[in-house]
Amino acid sequence: MATHALSPAAVAGYRGGLYEWLTTTDHKKIGILYVINSFLFFLIGGIFALLVRAELAAPGLQLFQNEHVYNESFTIHATVMIFLFIIPMLAGLGNFAVPLMIGAPDMAFPRINALSFWMLPLGGILLLMGFLTPGGAAAAGWTSYPPLAGNSPLASPGPGQDLWIASLVLIGTSSILGGINFLVTIFKMRAPGMTLFRMPIMVWTVLVTSILVVMATPVITSAIVMLYIDRNLGGSFFNPESGGIAVLYQNVFWFYSHPAVYVMVLPAMGVISEVLPVFSRKPLFGYKAFVFATAGIGALGFSVWAHHMFTTGAVFLPFFSLMTFLIAVPTGVKMFNWVFTMFRGQLTFSTPLLFAVGFLTMFLIGGINGAFSASVPVDFALHDTYWVVAHLHYVLFGGSAFGVFAGIYYWFPKMTGRMLDEGLGKVQFVLMFIGFNLTFFPMHILGVKGMPRRIADYASGAGWNDWNLVATIGGFLIGLSMLPFIWNVFVSLRNGKVAGNDPWEGNTLEWATTSPPPPYNFDRLPEIRSERPLFDARHGLVGHGEPEPGPALLEQPAPSGEVPAAPDDEAGVGEQTTTGEDLETKR
Amino acid sequence: MTAESRAVAASEAHGASHGTAVAGHAASRGISNPVLGMLLFITSEVMFFSGLFAAYFATRAANQPWPPAEFQGLLDPLSLILVATIILVASSFTCQFAVWSIRRGDRTGFIRNITVTFVLGVIFLGLQAVDYSILFSEGLTMGSGAFGTTYFTLTGFHGAHVFGGVLMLGVILYRGMLGQFSSRHHDAVEAVSLYWHFVDVVWIVLFSVLYLL
Repeated sequence: MATHALSPAAVAGYRGGLYEWLTTTDHKKIGILYVINSFLFFLIGGIFALLVRAELAAPGLQLFQNEHVYNESFTIHATVMIFLFIIPMLAGLGNFAVPLMIGAPDMAFPRINALSFWMLPLGGILLLMGFLTPGGAAAAGWTSYPPLAGNSPLASPGPGQDLWIASLVLIGTSSILGGINFLVTIFKMRAPGMTLFRMPIMVWTVLVTSILVVMATPVITSAIVMLYIDRNLGGSFFNPESGGIAVLYQNVFWFYSHPAVYVMVLPAMGVISEVLPVFSRKPLFGYKAFVFATAGIGALGFSVWAHHMFTTGAVFLPFFSLMTFLIAVPTGVKMFNWVFTMFRGQLTFSTPLLFAVGFLTMFLIGGINGAFSASVPVDFALHDTYWVVAHLHYVLFGGSAFGVFAGIYYWFPKMTGRMLDEGLGKVQFVLMFIGFNLTFFPMHILGVKGMPRRIADYASGAGWNDWNLVATIGGFLIGLSMLPFIWNVFVSLRNGKVAGNDPWEGNTLEWATTSPPPPYNFDRLPEIRSERPLFDARHGLVGHGEPEPGPALLEQPAPSGEVPAAPDDEAGVGEQTTTGEDLETKR
Repeated sequence: MTAESRAVAASEAHGASHGTAVAGHAASRGISNPVLGMLLFITSEVMFFSGLFAAYFATRAANQPWPPAEFQGLLDPLSLILVATIILVASSFTCQFAVWSIRRGDRTGFIRNITVTFVLGVIFLGLQAVDYSILFSEGLTMGSGAFGTTYFTLTGFHGAHVFGGVLMLGVILYRGMLGQFSSRHHDAVEAVSLYWHFVDVVWIVLFSVLYLL
């Protein structure tokens, strides 16, 4: 039965073209669909961000006729970026990479995998359809706190807010099913030899992320379902007039949404933990420490939600402040892991490494300014100011989005068989890096100067004009930086350098198969005796530095002077010959 | 369905075994993929109900007396709801008998027990509908303050889960009558029974909290 999966009959039914893409259950194609879909929503969310920045460039209302449209813009910007870009983009990279990295033929539930994906465009369309309704799209911020998100005439009376709820329930269900799929895949489908502590860090981060998704996402579903009941069925969960509690929503909402920030960043950390060792030509410094730090962040992530609610006066401040500071410890461990991975490495500054270093530096700033807000007195001063906007963009854009681009440049050769252009990649990185810092660094200053978030207009005498203009210029620079990327993808798909199986000399299993990989990923797997099976195979080592006669890919050690013939029908594992040659030169 | 998905579905159908030429290891050891998937799904469902229960306890703590004076004594444990509870608990037993039957390879016993479980589930839903109509006639609705909102949300979502479980039972009953299950191949039965037990446990907690506590 196992061989049937790879038999020509199975591949003969493989249909090309659009039909294949729309009906595929192949984790690689679904992963690519995730990436494309998320990138499209990234552009949509980006357009809303540019509208917001354009409005804020100068005091007064220029772009929008009224504040309500502005409220819709930042609400849809944030909702799209969080739920339709970052989370699914990272899920998509994981979808592509995880089964390859653990040597599995596919995800555990391929059809559920397709279902998880197709809920996303549906959810996104539902969300955006709010603009077609009388009251417009949701405008209560991505957090949608009641009573602002309630259905009273002064709050959010229209169906836009209900569409927002429906959309988030769909996207949440997609996340949960995806998380279950990842967990079963990682627990049950690892190749022989791929023990838990030999899994690539990317797989570990996806594992912890999936646990967070399975445990936390249903809680936001319950929160917004209660909101829906309050709005439409006469419920009174959050309505104090009839016995409800308004702050209850914030508690339930943040019980998900704080772990969700780790859902948004952990897989990006996994991406750069794959990129940094490969481009430093060193193993990851402190593999186990990294794994435990990841698990620690996941566990602590459930005990800090109320630091978003310090000013409500309804939470126990010392506990949540302490736990928030504690999160800095495992994060700091990871910083050491990354820095010491690069330390004394042979760095090659390819685009993936640039974006990974971008992640490292920007995430560091985002971590430090976050620690400020963990301190209760400082938070009371900075709550709901642009300081918070700066912080969350430094971790989610400077962190996750840079990690996403590192991952796209890193795996594009594996996804398509062609390299992205390095020159254009560097142009994109420089534009994005400068634009990002121009946009978001001034927001620290604006926040300290007291500029509240979510305002459409500000007094020209408040001293906020210059920095707002700088931020707007930076924002458009970020928008500009997407053009070389899109151009790069189109040009490289046609004329890019052919990648070969292993263009980066990677360490992990995805580089052992062809680019793009065949439907079932592997015909032969290298022997897995460490967390770097390809490194071992390339250097004729199996296990930690102990040389053995047969490199993993060969069935028999080659007789001297002869490169062993590839087994008959195993097209596509070019690694076999290279490994053989490596072995010869070693002898 | 594409060729790949058929192949994977086939390999799923044979327990969790999967594999390439090299990866065809003994994946059938330990828990099977569908059962693990169902356990994780149940975990997420537990968290969903935790959110609702958190809301229940928070509003209950903020509203004294509970239940409000006008609804005092309305949620009487010694009423129709006790019958419904016994029926649902009994259905959990018959569901487990069905699992034990199919593990032995006893298809007749399996079909008989699943049929009984299915019918008991439908009866529970019917009793819940009757109970709702009684409560409505007494004036307790979703709109009657925090008490009504939490009651109908909690029991309503539980009822929806029972309905989902009944659908699942219907599917495995249908598949069982087609002879698709055997002592070696009945992951779907194991998974559905886990879900049914979960629904039952949620009801026991709900009953204790809403009616007894």
